[in-house]
Amino acid sequence: MSDMRTPYSRVHGLGSARSGSGHFILQRVTAVENVFLAIFLIASVVALTGSDYETVRAYLANPLVVILMLALIISGILHMRAGMQVIIEDYVTGESAKFLSLIGNTFFSFLVGLACVFAALKIGFGA
Amino acid sequence: MADTQPVSRPLSPHLQIYRRTMTMMMSIAHRISGAALYIGTLILAWWLLSVAAGPNAYSLFESFISWWVGKLLLFVFTWALMHHMLGGIRHFIWDMGKGFSLGFANFMAWMTLVGGFVLTIFVWWIGYSMMGAM
Repeated sequence: MSDMRTPYSRVHGLGSARSGSGHFILQRVTAVENVFLAIFLIASVVALTGSDYETVRAYLANPLVVILMLALIISGILHMRAGMQVIIEDYVTGESAKFLSLIGNTFFSFLVGLACVFAALKIGFGA
Repeated sequence: MADTQPVSRPLSPHLQIYRRTMTMMMSIAHRISGAALYIGTLILAWWLLSVAAGPNAYSLFESFISWWVGKLLLFVFTWALMHHMLGGIRHFIWDMGKGFSLGFANFMAWMTLVGGFVLTIFVWWIGYSMMGAM
């Protein structure tokens, strides 16, 4: 079907996707969480430097540590997915390449996140 | 599917014509450090999974992370985390509507750069001096 209109005129006036504010707020709220949770992660890793397996496992099995670790994973994954989405939207120009990159971003983020969640829970429940 | 051919329009001037400024460089560094942390989550995942899997899997992770390549990756990860965190705090200040004066914006950009390295070295220094304390 031939269309004499330019790509711009076809979308002009249709408005935004109405998801910009949600994206912005998610990015900022997870950022605030990440400041505290990243300090927790760094402090944990520093404290565990040079420790043996049993010590590391016992530390990571502490219920409070498990909860904070889960919070870090979820907050971190949401933040990094939102951030990479912006990078892709800025630099990947082809429609199909952009679409695939955005899906890949979601897949990667959730797979890494779920792997971490699984590991943290397994350690926590002592299985 | 005879779609409208995209009209070849001139692009607006880009990076190469602008004078390098500190805030510009730190904006780019914020993005690069963010992307580095994105990949770096694989180290966190490997660490947690190896602890969950047992002593053998953990000793494999441990031998990787104490190898110089592993140490270098962990050092870069630490720097990216520190730099990105300070850059994020800079963005909070801007989100609050403050810190837009040229002088203060430049000051914050320098603090992000210097602070990122200082915090990274500080963290590693504590890590080495606490070695085996727990």
